[in-house]
Amino acid sequence: MSGLALDAVSLAQPGAAPLFAPLMLTVPPGQVTVVMGPSGIGKSTLLAHIAGVLGPDWVTRGRVTLDGRDLAGVPAERRRVGLMFQDALLFPHLSVGANLAFGLAPEVRGRAARRAAVEEALRQAGMAGLADRDPASLSGGQAARVALMRTLLARPRALLLDEPFSRLDTALRADLRAFVFAHATAAAIPVLLVTHDAADAAAAAGPVIQLRP
Amino acid sequence: MARPGPALVRAALGVGLILPFAAAAAITLAASFGLLPALGGQAFGLDPWVRLLDQPGLARSVGVTLLAGLLGTALALGLAFGLVFALRGREGRLARLLPPFLATPHAALAIGLAFLIAPSGWIGRALSPWATGWLTPPDWPVPQDGAGLSLALGLAVKELPFLALMMLAALPRLPVVRHLAEGATLGYGAAHAWAGLVAPELYRLVRLPVYATLAFSLSVVDMALILGPTLPPTLPVAAARWLMAPDLALYLPGLAAATLCAGLVALGFLVWWLAERVAAALLRAWLMRGQRAKGSGRVLGFAAAGAGVALALATLSLAALAVWTLAWGWRFPDAWPERLTLQGWQSAGREGIWGLAARTAALGVAASLLSVLCAIAWLEAGTRAGREGPGRIEGAVWLPLLLPQVALMFGLQVIAARAGLAGAAGAVLWGHVLYAFPYALLALAGPWRRLDPRLLQAGATLGAGPWRRLLTLRLPLLRGPLLAAAALALSVSVALYVPTLFLGAGRIATLTTEAVALASGADRRLGATYALLQAALPLLAFALAALLSRKEGA
Repeated sequence: MSGLALDAVSLAQPGAAPLFAPLMLTVPPGQVTVVMGPSGIGKSTLLAHIAGVLGPDWVTRGRVTLDGRDLAGVPAERRRVGLMFQDALLFPHLSVGANLAFGLAPEVRGRAARRAAVEEALRQAGMAGLADRDPASLSGGQAARVALMRTLLARPRALLLDEPFSRLDTALRADLRAFVFAHATAAAIPVLLVTHDAADAAAAAGPVIQLRP
Repeated sequence: MARPGPALVRAALGVGLILPFAAAAAITLAASFGLLPALGGQAFGLDPWVRLLDQPGLARSVGVTLLAGLLGTALALGLAFGLVFALRGREGRLARLLPPFLATPHAALAIGLAFLIAPSGWIGRALSPWATGWLTPPDWPVPQDGAGLSLALGLAVKELPFLALMMLAALPRLPVVRHLAEGATLGYGAAHAWAGLVAPELYRLVRLPVYATLAFSLSVVDMALILGPTLPPTLPVAAARWLMAPDLALYLPGLAAATLCAGLVALGFLVWWLAERVAAALLRAWLMRGQRAKGSGRVLGFAAAGAGVALALATLSLAALAVWTLAWGWRFPDAWPERLTLQGWQSAGREGIWGLAARTAALGVAASLLSVLCAIAWLEAGTRAGREGPGRIEGAVWLPLLLPQVALMFGLQVIAARAGLAGAAGAVLWGHVLYAFPYALLALAGPWRRLDPRLLQAGATLGAGPWRRLLTLRLPLLRGPLLAAAALALSVSVALYVPTLFLGAGRIATLTTEAVALASGADRRLGATYALLQAALPLLAFALAALLSRKEGA
């Protein structure tokens, strides 16, 4: 069974009530599913749980499977679940090109091939030739594009987007949204987008799920 | 998910680097009551204590140790408050100004300060004969005055930068601007509001470093040998001397004296704790009176001026060392030598000073690398165990900073001997790592835990496992703090006197042991040469660390 599936997933701090009612959803490859809900409901926490980067002090219930594989106990680095945060979080000590190469899947072997893959990703992001730039010198939109390309170069089997457009102004937001959705659909992987922006949800053109307490 | 690896690493580091201090304290304590399995003595008894009480001048030793330690710490604390207040809003500049002072080893500073404040010293010469009328230096007991005032001054000058840096590190956790604004709207001036509202909270945050400073001041040996009284010397000096004596008749009172040093630190803590209560009550009464007087501004201004004087003294001490190493024919009361020559360096070179410097540096670099590596292992083990805070055990790294070194040396010698390291270079290196590790850990822990965890999470979702995250993300991102921790660890190692002396069984010489040994000798120039070189090593390390971490930012 391909795609990302959540089966009665709920999250709670020890001794506290679960953040939201048990969540059931299936995201088939190539589809963008949107999760909405008020702030503090645990949208980011849900994505951290799926990606495997949630701290140990959480009580988790339910099952998360990706392409039929149960992700419980699998460390983040072996899940092949890409996660884009609100901030681009480019590594400040690495150049733009090195940031992309960090993400690039190890299956791409040989220095020339890896360099070419990085250059191609930059070209697709409309930033050809900027490999040697310091990430701090990029604009917000450029940094977000690099972050997405870095995530995709790791060849994830699912993509999680944690309000990746919220820090950008309206014009840029539409632009980047189109860029992200085009690439995600082209990669033919399930995409889970967390947002509280109705325009994001509309543009995703997929099912919208409301998280409720 | 419980993984045994990280817990095992922490346990091993705890056993190797923290437990020895507790064990050593227990061994010394037991030995001072006659339980000496290592020396064949098994009988419980008060013999060491009886012999200690027979030593002449014991009461004076104890009194002067307490006085100098308490006074030195109180001075350092007051001056640090003044400095941090005076340079508020310019904390960044202050934080860059202080590390060289922190890096200066105690022994070098004490030797330089002795050159400065002795009647025949630089200050005396600068004021003679026009202001003092001296044509020959008067026979004052300065330094090494019987009341321990020179020692207290040296301690204040040396500990001021440490306490000020600790305050700077704690300051961001306090709502200083809000406190000052609240004070202002109630009609209190900035100094009054700072003294009444900020200083008490700041003190609470630096209390542990203050107690560590007090423990150090009450048990220091190298500084007390140079600046402290001689007949009788301070208790830690006497204890160290007896314990190094080949004569068993002195060894037993030495053991009791070592234990008494720990008792003295405990007594000092008690006195300080009572003083804290009194100060808090006085502060409350002062705030309750609600007077909008300007007195606090004067007090803080006075403290800031004192801090300026202290930092100037530290700078001049190093300058005095430098001039003395080059001096030729420097008669009293000339303010400058007749001629500057390299003869002093040449004769020191013939005595093998460069080889000694290389050995000291190698020991420092090795101790620094090992202790930083241990600190990384400690913190990474915590990270992998999913622990975000320091946890309860980490507080134990303060143990060696709160226990007097002399009180631990017998125990550490016994442990080293059990490990087959007695008197070997390996034992000295182990001792240096033991003492450098807490500083490396304390310097690294804050930046480590402040690093944005999402950067590492991003690395993990990109497929980087724990080792790749550590080696390609965390360590490069922490390059500046790592370099600073390494420099600090090296400066701790270079400054160590008592552990070098004892764990090397007096056979392993470093610049530090030689500088201290020469400090009381007749050849000022030779002593200055060793002391200056001792100070140069950590200063060089700090300069290098600053340079290398700046490169990264460019």
